Amino acid sequence: MSAFASALPLVSLVTFLPLAGAVLLVFIRGESLKAVRAAALAVSLLTFALSLFLFFGFDGASGLPEFVERASWLGRGLDYHVGVDGLSLFLVLLAAFLTPIALLSSWRAVGDRVKEFSVFMLLLETGMIGVFVSLNLFLFYVFWEAMLIPMYFLIGIWGGPRRVYATMKFVLFTMFGSLLMLVGVFVLHAAHHQATGGYSLAIADLAGLALSPALQTWLFLGFGLAFAIKVPLFPLHTWLPDAHVEAPTAASVLLAAVLLKMGAYGFLRLGLPLFPLAAASFAPALSVLAAVGIVYGGLMALIQKDMKSLVAYSSVSHMGLVMLAVFSLNFEATEGAIYQMLNHGLSTGALFLCVGILYERTHTRKIADHGGAAARMPVFAGIFLVVMLSSAGLPGLNGFAGEILCFFGVFAANKALAAVSVTTVILSAAYLLWLYRRVLLGPLKDPGDPRLRDLDKRELAYLVPIIVLIVFMGLFPGVFLRKLDASVSRYLDAVKTPAAATLGLAPAPERGQTAENRAELER
Amino acid sequence: MIPPPAFLFLAVLLFGLGVLAFFVKKDLLTQFMAVEIMLNAGNLAFLSLAKAFGRAEGQALVLFVITVAAAEAVVGLAIIVVVFRQRRSLRTDELKDLKG
Amino acid sequence: MAEAFWLIPLIPGAGALVLLLFGSRMPRRWVSWQSTLAVLASFVLSAAGFARLVRAGPDAPALAKTLLPWIASGSFVAEFAFSFDRLSAVMALVVTGVGLLIHVYSVGYMAGDKAYARYFAYLNLFMFFMLVLVTASDIVLMFIGWEGVGLCSYLLIGFWFDRPAAAKAGLKAFVVNRVGDAAFIVGLLFLLTAVGDPSFAAINAAPAAGLVGPGLATLAAVLLFVGATGKSAQIPLYVWLPDAMEGPTPVSALIHAATMVTAGVYMVSRLGGLFAASPAASAVVAWTGGLTAVFAATVALVQTDIKRVLAYSTISQIGYMFLGCGVGACAAGMFHLFTHAFFKSLLFLAAGSVIHALGGEQDMRRMGGLRKRLPVTFPAFLVGAMAIAGVPFLSGFFSKDAILTSAFAGGHYVLYGLGLAGAVLTAFYVFRMVFLTFYGEPRAAGAHPRVRESPPVMTVPLVILAALSALAGLAGLPVLLGGRADLFGRFLEGVVVRTAHRLAASSEVLLILAAAASALAGIYLAFVFYRGSPALPARSAARFPRLYRLLTGKYYVDEAYEAAIVRPLVRGAELVYRRFDLEVVDGALNASAAAARGAGQGLNTVQSGLLRDYALAFLLGVVIFLGALLL
Repeated sequence: MSAFASALPLVSLVTFLPLAGAVLLVFIRGESLKAVRAAALAVSLLTFALSLFLFFGFDGASGLPEFVERASWLGRGLDYHVGVDGLSLFLVLLAAFLTPIALLSSWRAVGDRVKEFSVFMLLLETGMIGVFVSLNLFLFYVFWEAMLIPMYFLIGIWGGPRRVYATMKFVLFTMFGSLLMLVGVFVLHAAHHQATGGYSLAIADLAGLALSPALQTWLFLGFGLAFAIKVPLFPLHTWLPDAHVEAPTAASVLLAAVLLKMGAYGFLRLGLPLFPLAAASFAPALSVLAAVGIVYGGLMALIQKDMKSLVAYSSVSHMGLVMLAVFSLNFEATEGAIYQMLNHGLSTGALFLCVGILYERTHTRKIADHGGAAARMPVFAGIFLVVMLSSAGLPGLNGFAGEILCFFGVFAANKALAAVSVTTVILSAAYLLWLYRRVLLGPLKDPGDPRLRDLDKRELAYLVPIIVLIVFMGLFPGVFLRKLDASVSRYLDAVKTPAAATLGLAPAPERGQTAENRAELER
Repeated sequence: MIPPPAFLFLAVLLFGLGVLAFFVKKDLLTQFMAVEIMLNAGNLAFLSLAKAFGRAEGQALVLFVITVAAAEAVVGLAIIVVVFRQRRSLRTDELKDLKG
Repeated sequence: MAEAFWLIPLIPGAGALVLLLFGSRMPRRWVSWQSTLAVLASFVLSAAGFARLVRAGPDAPALAKTLLPWIASGSFVAEFAFSFDRLSAVMALVVTGVGLLIHVYSVGYMAGDKAYARYFAYLNLFMFFMLVLVTASDIVLMFIGWEGVGLCSYLLIGFWFDRPAAAKAGLKAFVVNRVGDAAFIVGLLFLLTAVGDPSFAAINAAPAAGLVGPGLATLAAVLLFVGATGKSAQIPLYVWLPDAMEGPTPVSALIHAATMVTAGVYMVSRLGGLFAASPAASAVVAWTGGLTAVFAATVALVQTDIKRVLAYSTISQIGYMFLGCGVGACAAGMFHLFTHAFFKSLLFLAAGSVIHALGGEQDMRRMGGLRKRLPVTFPAFLVGAMAIAGVPFLSGFFSKDAILTSAFAGGHYVLYGLGLAGAVLTAFYVFRMVFLTFYGEPRAAGAHPRVRESPPVMTVPLVILAALSALAGLAGLPVLLGGRADLFGRFLEGVVVRTAHRLAASSEVLLILAAAASALAGIYLAFVFYRGSPALPARSAARFPRLYRLLTGKYYVDEAYEAAIVRPLVRGAELVYRRFDLEVVDGALNASAAAARGAGQGLNTVQSGLLRDYALAFLLGVVIFLGALLL
């Protein structure tokens, strides 16, 4: 780590720079669109540049959080405690990488209340990064909730015609989940006090508590529901297509690329390590739901008539694979899941950008209204193709590296579910290529349409970096995976050892209790 | 010397009359006075009990209640005056603007 | 130079990248030279590698080069590791050799196309992936090539993407291939989990080492083979290949005849150790191949589109290759792959030359009498036709005979019978094509006075391929002529699995005679039908109307898939979407919202607005509270 980097509170800087930028924007005159846009972009680019220091400075050998900062805040264990480890590092980078891209993509699409829009985007960035870097449960919860607010406004103000319905649905679903989580936070706080006499909500401390299986079950259900809604795990997914269809492109990009990852990240960071016994007993059922989601999302994507809801359902399918891998609880699957989260963030984010580009030109998202655009937009067609193939998992591009690891790990855990999940290879090719054929190939729908011009420099500027990364991550996944290794081993130890130990040492009563509890819940 | 239970009994009687008046009367001003009677019944109860137990808290509370009652009388009467000016009536079964 | 064999795929890969990025701004001449020279360089390197292997002798190890690590996590390890052994050498030579000729041919064929650079970029990209496929030393890396050639196939089938049929055919090809690939991946997972090392050497050695039991070997091999039926267009996943003829004809020759579609055969040969460990899987391979060979040939009998006949012919011929591999004669299968690459690409290119001359006409019923007008194309086509029909001493004769002999020698008499029947059908449909196209009176498009022979840039590759088609058989003469005659088989000995069956010389002679007789019989029948009595085809069609309709309808397999798989899936999904997503899940959400609103309205009536009611409620509350306190 360079001296410069180590001298700075890097994680806090990366987290709060966008917030500072948002405050700064308030003082810029809203009428000068150029200044507002440039300032917002500059702030987000600076944030990304700083996050690169995290990437290059991250050692990853210990598997422990690095760049840790800790300060007391509200007392009684509600501390300010941040840092990054292998599980969170790349998600922070993903958020920092995609925010400037999303901002840049909105330069033409968002024309009114640009200042407010930029402020909300930057607030969203702080919220997203904050969730990933929090090492204190309360801080995590604060960021988790805080991030909802800018998203609410982004969809509610700059969204499509049914935006009110979509935002209400989005907020109801996610608030419902997070309220249960809040209860869980209180319970954990009390449990920690009871067990140790001290106060702490540091996630590492909480993981050390030997909670009773019954308590674990309840807490896992509370936390798990919040995360499962966010992922979204089948059948809690119906908020997603509505939110995506109504959201402006920039919000869709971040929603798909980063917000959905929070659910999976929540399971990795909290759900499984804090409640390993409950996680072990629920993993089979959740795996089945995830596998159903893979096929279900794929089939639903096949029949959508709106480009954005097609991509949204493809997210349900792809995140199903990620969750299936997470619940497989082995090394390859976990690394694959984390890698696949990044891949999905890139490729689905890019798919939304591509759909947004078409929408800006034609003002319709209905697939049937498009056709033959490749003739007029060859560069766009090429980029769309690469993005689509990345999403469909073509070997050599990023999607494959993550997908094959997920398949491999899932296969080791459950062969039947692995076979089910492999159908995503067929389904993703079918719905994406069919979309491509209907939108870009075939005869030009309206040959006289002057709006169908190829990409301009601004659009290239935000698409080309994604394409480069898609190829790079496909060919050199080792650059990223090696930084994960130690953290993933440590995480798996935390998840698997207690479960194995408890179940192994005292099998009968413990298991009986959990089973009883489950039966109770089912009633 | 009047025995302490008599004071308590009077307080209960006064309170009961207040409640009764509040429910029987349909005039806002009268109902307001019923509330005052109830408050003072409460004061009486406080005082008698304070005397009986020989403690000062009851007397202090009475002072509080009197203060609050004074404030309440000011605001309440002002509201009543305004209501009367607007409606030319203080019948409470006609005042139902708060119906949901 | 041979050490640099890993550059074989990379050179066309780099060429493709340059063309994709800057091709549209380059002059055409530059595009043609760059792309062709890239393939030539690969060809030269392949030849150098080949020479090295020949000189080093049969026991020398393969050339190997590990460039970089690729995907590694836990026990999953895949690298950019290439190797060049004798099997790779044969494939690389075929791919680069035929590829080179087709690049040259394309310069003429695509001369008028506005997306010239894009075409050559895709073609170079295809060469890259195909060569990765054949030089990969582990199965995961091979999968890059495997899927990559599928992508290029998709791109080139849909090259004229503004034609709806082309766009649709590309989509179909990719998705059908993906069905096979899904099975392939599952097979891959079985193997990787059991073996722990994705290299072909490890996988082939695994059954003997006890890492892979017979049951697992069968399961994995059959799953991988399902992948091969997709790529190599066998029953049940062949349906994409006939539609793939929407692409430019040189593409059909290169990808959909000579190289990509034979990748499945290469894969099965490459994994010979695995397939050999499972007689059941080998039987599946052999029977799929044998049935496909006959099935596709019967459809080819009645097609009228010249390229579709060739497409079904390709399906049928690849069936022969699998038949060979399945009966334990991978060398024979590979030999047929080798000769087929020449004569089938020759037939396609010659057909392309005809189509080019007729301004895009592909219907044989509108051709005829082109013999004199296309003085180079005609003899070239005829040589190709004779080779595929199995006319003695041409390449197809030897390679097909090698497969059939192996089948017979292995005791697979039914498969042998299927193969022989297929040979008669092959000779018939291919000469039907010759007679309809080149003989008789010029019809419709064929009568156009402007019909001219194609330019030399197109005819020279034809001549070279014709020579190869005629002579390539000499590389693999029957063992009957002496132990050293089968050069090809001996070259691959030790690389591919080979079950040695010895037949008596007399029975081998009989088999050869039977093969020759079947070819000549087919040709004779075609002559009777299409030259002898021209009314006969229509009469026989009228006599067996059902059979004829079944054949022209291609056994209605497309329709059956559509009705049995695609439509139920889409309909079902639509139903579930409406019933479940919109009604159950969203319904539950909306119902809870409605319930909240209803409850609010219900409670509303309590709110009378009357002071007395509120006071009463208050009083009741106090009474209850005090009561609870006292009791």
